[in-house]
Amino acid sequence: MSFFGVERVRKKERELERKLRANDREFNLPFKYATNGIKTSKYNPFTFLPLNLFEQFQRIANAYFLFLLVLQVIPQISSLSWFTTVVPLVLVLTVTAAKDATDDLNRHRSDNQVNNRKVDVLIDRKLRSEKWMDVQVGDIIKLENNQFVTADLLLLSSSEPLNLVYIETAELDGETNLKVRQALTVTGDLGEDVEKLADFNGEVRCEPPNNRLDRFTGTLTHAGQKYPLDNEKILLRGCTLRNTGWCFGLVLFGGPETKLMQNCGKSTFKRTSIDRLMNVLVLCIFGFLAFMCVILAIGNCLWELKAGSQFTVFLPRQDGNSAGFSAFLTFWSYVIILNTVVPISLYVSVEIIRLGNSFYIDWDRKMYHPRNDTPAEARTTTLNEELGQIKYVFSDKTGTLTQNIMTFNKCSINGKSYGDVFDYAGQRLDITEHTDPVDFSFNPLADPRFVFHDHALVEAVKLENPEVHAFFRLLALCHTVMAEEKKEGELSYQAQSPDEGALVTAARNFGFVFRSRTPDSVSIVEMGEQRRYELLAILDFNNVRKRMSVIVRSPEGKLRLYCKGADTIVYERLHQSCGKLMDVTTEHMNEFAGEGLRTLALAYRDLDQEYFSQWKQRHHEVSTSLDDRDGRLDELYEEIETDLQLLGATAIEDKLQDGVPQTIEQLAKADIKVWVLTGDKQETAENIGYSCNLLREEMNEVFVLSGNSPEDVRRELRNALSSMKPAGDSTVLPDEAVNGEYGLVVNGHSLGYPLERSMELDFLRTACMCKAVICCRVTPLQKAQVVELVEEYKQAVTLAIGDGANDVSMIKAAHIGVGISGQEGMQAVLSSDYSFAQFRFLQRLLLVHGRWSYLRMCKFLRYFFYKNFTFTFVHFWYAFFCGFSAQTVYDEWFITLYNLVYTALPVLGMSLFDQDVNDKWSFQHPELYLPGQLNLYFSKKAFFKCALHSCYSSLVLFFIPYAAMHDTVRADGKDVADYQSFALLTQTCLLFTVTIQLGLEMSYWTAVNTLFVVGSLVMYFAVTFTMYSNGMFLALPSAFPFVGTARNSLNQPNIWLTILLTSILCVLPVVTCRFLFIQLCPTINDKVMLKVRQAKTKDPPLPRRARIRRTSSRRSGYAFSHAQGYGDLVTSGRFLRRPAPSRSSGLAHAGRSTTSFSPMGRSAGYSPTGRPQNAKVQDVEVTSLQMYRSVRDPAL
Amino acid sequence: MMASSYNAKEEDGHHPGASNNGGPGVVKSKKPDNTAFKQQRLPAWQPILTAGTVLPAFFVIGLIFIPIGIGLYVTSNNIKEYEIDYTGADPGDECYNCSQNFTWNSTTPCVCSVPFTLTQPFESNVFMYYGLSNFYQNHRRYVKSRDDSQLNGDSSALMNPSKECEPYRTSGAQPIAPCGAIANSLFNDTLELYYIDSNGTSNAVPLVKKGIAWWTDKHVKFRNPGGNDNLTIAFQGTSKPVNWRKPVFEMDTDPENNGFINEDFIVWMRTAALPTFRKLYRIIQKKSSSTPTLASGNYVLNITYNYPVRSFDGRKRMILSTISWMGGKNPFLGIAYITVGSICFFLGVVLLIIHHKYDTRNNSADIPG
Repeated sequence: MSFFGVERVRKKERELERKLRANDREFNLPFKYATNGIKTSKYNPFTFLPLNLFEQFQRIANAYFLFLLVLQVIPQISSLSWFTTVVPLVLVLTVTAAKDATDDLNRHRSDNQVNNRKVDVLIDRKLRSEKWMDVQVGDIIKLENNQFVTADLLLLSSSEPLNLVYIETAELDGETNLKVRQALTVTGDLGEDVEKLADFNGEVRCEPPNNRLDRFTGTLTHAGQKYPLDNEKILLRGCTLRNTGWCFGLVLFGGPETKLMQNCGKSTFKRTSIDRLMNVLVLCIFGFLAFMCVILAIGNCLWELKAGSQFTVFLPRQDGNSAGFSAFLTFWSYVIILNTVVPISLYVSVEIIRLGNSFYIDWDRKMYHPRNDTPAEARTTTLNEELGQIKYVFSDKTGTLTQNIMTFNKCSINGKSYGDVFDYAGQRLDITEHTDPVDFSFNPLADPRFVFHDHALVEAVKLENPEVHAFFRLLALCHTVMAEEKKEGELSYQAQSPDEGALVTAARNFGFVFRSRTPDSVSIVEMGEQRRYELLAILDFNNVRKRMSVIVRSPEGKLRLYCKGADTIVYERLHQSCGKLMDVTTEHMNEFAGEGLRTLALAYRDLDQEYFSQWKQRHHEVSTSLDDRDGRLDELYEEIETDLQLLGATAIEDKLQDGVPQTIEQLAKADIKVWVLTGDKQETAENIGYSCNLLREEMNEVFVLSGNSPEDVRRELRNALSSMKPAGDSTVLPDEAVNGEYGLVVNGHSLGYPLERSMELDFLRTACMCKAVICCRVTPLQKAQVVELVEEYKQAVTLAIGDGANDVSMIKAAHIGVGISGQEGMQAVLSSDYSFAQFRFLQRLLLVHGRWSYLRMCKFLRYFFYKNFTFTFVHFWYAFFCGFSAQTVYDEWFITLYNLVYTALPVLGMSLFDQDVNDKWSFQHPELYLPGQLNLYFSKKAFFKCALHSCYSSLVLFFIPYAAMHDTVRADGKDVADYQSFALLTQTCLLFTVTIQLGLEMSYWTAVNTLFVVGSLVMYFAVTFTMYSNGMFLALPSAFPFVGTARNSLNQPNIWLTILLTSILCVLPVVTCRFLFIQLCPTINDKVMLKVRQAKTKDPPLPRRARIRRTSSRRSGYAFSHAQGYGDLVTSGRFLRRPAPSRSSGLAHAGRSTTSFSPMGRSAGYSPTGRPQNAKVQDVEVTSLQMYRSVRDPAL
Repeated sequence: MMASSYNAKEEDGHHPGASNNGGPGVVKSKKPDNTAFKQQRLPAWQPILTAGTVLPAFFVIGLIFIPIGIGLYVTSNNIKEYEIDYTGADPGDECYNCSQNFTWNSTTPCVCSVPFTLTQPFESNVFMYYGLSNFYQNHRRYVKSRDDSQLNGDSSALMNPSKECEPYRTSGAQPIAPCGAIANSLFNDTLELYYIDSNGTSNAVPLVKKGIAWWTDKHVKFRNPGGNDNLTIAFQGTSKPVNWRKPVFEMDTDPENNGFINEDFIVWMRTAALPTFRKLYRIIQKKSSSTPTLASGNYVLNITYNYPVRSFDGRKRMILSTISWMGGKNPFLGIAYITVGSICFFLGVVLLIIHHKYDTRNNSADIPG
């Protein structure tokens, strides 16, 4: 999609400034600005054939075969009939063209869909519904709530007060909170008065189209006045209007010039490392081919000089052909004959295998998520085998590792722990979906989604246990959550952090319903009784205090301070009388933390009126003072938050997705390094790191990079490095052995420094020595940078997995991008190569599908090269016995059909069905994954071995028949040493040999495989006998000259004895070598396969699914907000005056003043429409026959 | 060796969502089908190389191959073969003069006689071959220089031979029949065999010239043009190949062996795979069960020397051979079978030793992790 934009930009390179006038198409016309239509399709019906063929022949392989075809037409050179090349070539061209056509059709369709959307445009002083593509720069358009923004607009006016509009930018940057845009007052006054708007003739001068999402500069000139324009007044295409009745906007950029489209950037073409290796190999093969041809041409030259010149009696030369010229022709003739070293069917087969393996991913029921009915999807069909070579996994946190749901799981109240379920014997039960949840029906205001399993807690509430009541009362009062009650009894909470929401919801369900708040009061329903607490002060949270408190006056007039906070902080401020309770609670909290829960300690303090009035007075003074207000406030808070009475502790679970710790453990066993790159803050990320088993207590050390300057960071890196490995040089980056396990946590602001050139090596070295790396507060751009850093220096295959638009950049940067599907945003999925619903499916994708795909692809390539080299080399040996005349050893039909018919299906069958061990064993032994990372199955070395093996086989295949046939006659004395019989014998030997070899390679014989193998042999004989039959010969004597050969030679015992001898001799060394290797240095595969065999029919023992328990230090879950809380806002009541919008995320932008887009850089790639249909648009490139592209290397 | 790894049923991991089995009108679930094919658990046979299979296989192959090899070797050795090189390359040779004086246009054939002695009688049918060496019948330009349509009796191809036949396609204005370099270079020495009995009189050994070509060649591949028996008319308007002395329709007086279906011609047209080859020339039929076909004694081979091979260092041979069930004399297969069988056996022993020595290491218990 980028190319269009790029083209445009190139066309009018010199647009330095954009100038346009509202409502004046005549004025804007001469500038030739792009209209709002987009075009991502490539062809139309007329241009399709020539353009597509042109493109296809740009691929080196196709061009090569075309070239061969041309050579074959020249009679002097033609050593093979033209059909040997034409048949496969036409086949390939047709398939590719069909694929391209469907892709383009889809693009046309999605273009049309987008272009034909309707929008109200002000034309001729009237609002008319127009198609999107007809919208032009300078038009004024009207948008309504929940509509997509049509083009890049200058906001003119809106229905909301102060000319505000709310937009959701999820499609642009993945942030789901609403953002606010505000129009200029001068344009805002236009309102929705069509007349006034039609009269509006402001002129805009602004920057030319670019892809910066966060910046805009321009000026509006209206009625002689100049007004500056910035990003705050711009609505970008791709956003959605929310909570806003309507708005009017002036189109600034249309279609391809919008920032969205400009950002859609290159979707880089991903190739697998096997592809790259194959490119190199194919080049080598071409070189080798040329080398062989040169040798044979020289041979021909010598032969012509020596023997040929004397042999002219019987074989005259064409007039004037000297030996040199003959050698030249022979060179090309041999190029044709030996072209089978790189047959076109290789590329076709590779694509078919990848496609097949992609289908397996789509079909896998174990990667299907029933909850949102999402199967896994291989969106790119060309990367499968790379899945078996992953070394680094980069994962997002929120939505990927975690569900982004906080649940109130456990608590400890007054020394009693709640939340676990025990059976009658007192044994603790695991909570499953079948465990009875607590019935909250006694409470009409309860949130039905809240689930709790321990009935004891409800009993305690119902028994009016005072501590339990106080506990929940605290939770209901001490927070900054906003409540919204659209209908009576239907409460919804807007919390700044999900932790708080979870706590307040818990209180709500246990009968302490937070109902509403005003700046100075909080209304809660306590066990069905409405009570209003006077809110006297909020002692807000910040990162230093790590606690928040409220001071309230109960309806009875009692003053009380409620405090919740990190346990260590709260414990310091407890009254001595809580000593015993503290010990018990500490024990409980340790237990909670051990399960990966985030804990908070709760405490209260009764205040006496007098003290409080005095404190309040001082508080007032301090908060109005000017110097060092914060510090003095802290002191003041410190003073009142003392002598607290401990109530208990809460444990909140940041719900991991199912199976995340197990998955990470499995990946670790497979030596895959998992790096978590999250936008979340350090504490949260660290906590998740522990709870999903990434960071472990047993680790020798977890380093934290949090320096604020390059020097700090460098020092921290050096320290970490030196404690892992005392000395070393820092130029090469192999995987270094480290004694012990380490973890690394990098803070966002520090990450900026290591990503700079000077320090990246140090950083990478340190990071790669650690078992686990967590980067926090990372921007999307940094995510991509980290991925690229690893790719660049480690030469390792990377995988990025994420769910949001902020992960798009890293998904695109990594070799493999995986999107978590089934959630709201689709951006990640749209730019991903694979998508599924749950993180845990990753282990299946890699350890099963990836491993198998890699195994199959490698087996395929090894075998394919073997069979074709063997096939081809026989010609080479034969050359020495036929005067280097480019005479083929085999029948031409055999040459044509060898790759297409006789050997195609068996090898495809192997590459589609083969598995060394089944999926369960693959999970059981994740170390089976290691060979893939080390490129063991197919490398240059393996390729070289294949070539040597082929060389041996071809020698056997030529010289055994040679010796056996030499001067031999049939059992009736007639001739059988003729060329045709020899050809038949050799090709039959060859076919048997490669088939047996395939049998040795294949480790999984399904019925289909057997059918293919046996069927191909049967097919060979059927076809051979047919083509050598009288009927075929009589119909076309010159095409089927081998008449009778099969009948006359295959009935000879010595022919079959030769075939047997040749096959055995070819296989013998292979079996011996393999057996020796299995005996002497078995690979992991051999061992596991043997183990499987020993276990016979038994399934492997299921992997331990025991809960991972740790004895660990507590980590406070005070993950309230990133910044200072907004207690001030609550008390000031500023944002309470505005009626809460239907999706009241207004909160977020009132609280956080981040109304600008965060910098996204090149990451913002997603569909212009945001609908899944457009998925195709981006990956069509990738799904087409990639092999061709990969050969289209500039180096060629 | 055959570990079956078929798991017919497998737990599916997840509880089927309520939406999956709704009644009509419910959106069809996207849950993939649970077929063995799609879930990649087709029943399969998983052979692996183990000592239990490899070692017996080696021994069995060895045990099978060695007897076969011995059988083949003995059979081959029992075949009697006698070969005469009559090229006349050395001045002492009988045919030296003929080979030296050869000219294409000579009208008087040069005849030379080579006497030889068979020390052993040849039982049963004896086959007489001519052998050529250093003759590149498998050269690409040579091999393709023929027109199978013409040889199959196609009348249009007869008058308009394929371009492949160049430069032996036309002679003057007339098309050559049979065209092409192969036909042109037809072997045209005449070999006759005489038995010198104890009296010194020479008796001609009867040579059968029919039944030397493949049945398919004689009856399918090669056919004379035109329906009528008169080949002279059928070949009217064509020219004889340049090197030939007689046109194709005068090859033999027997109409069943004349024209394109002349068996000497057919045998020649079946081009050899290698530059050294032998072709069946005549058959000496066994006369009766009591007397050998060729008794031991003195013989004379009379050669009408027409075929020049000296120019390219070629060799001409006459071979007399009996045959067996495995064809002519060729000890290679027997030796190869014995060798391969022995190697297998030897490897079997070596591998057995290795297996016993290292068997413990093969224990799967040492899988790391």
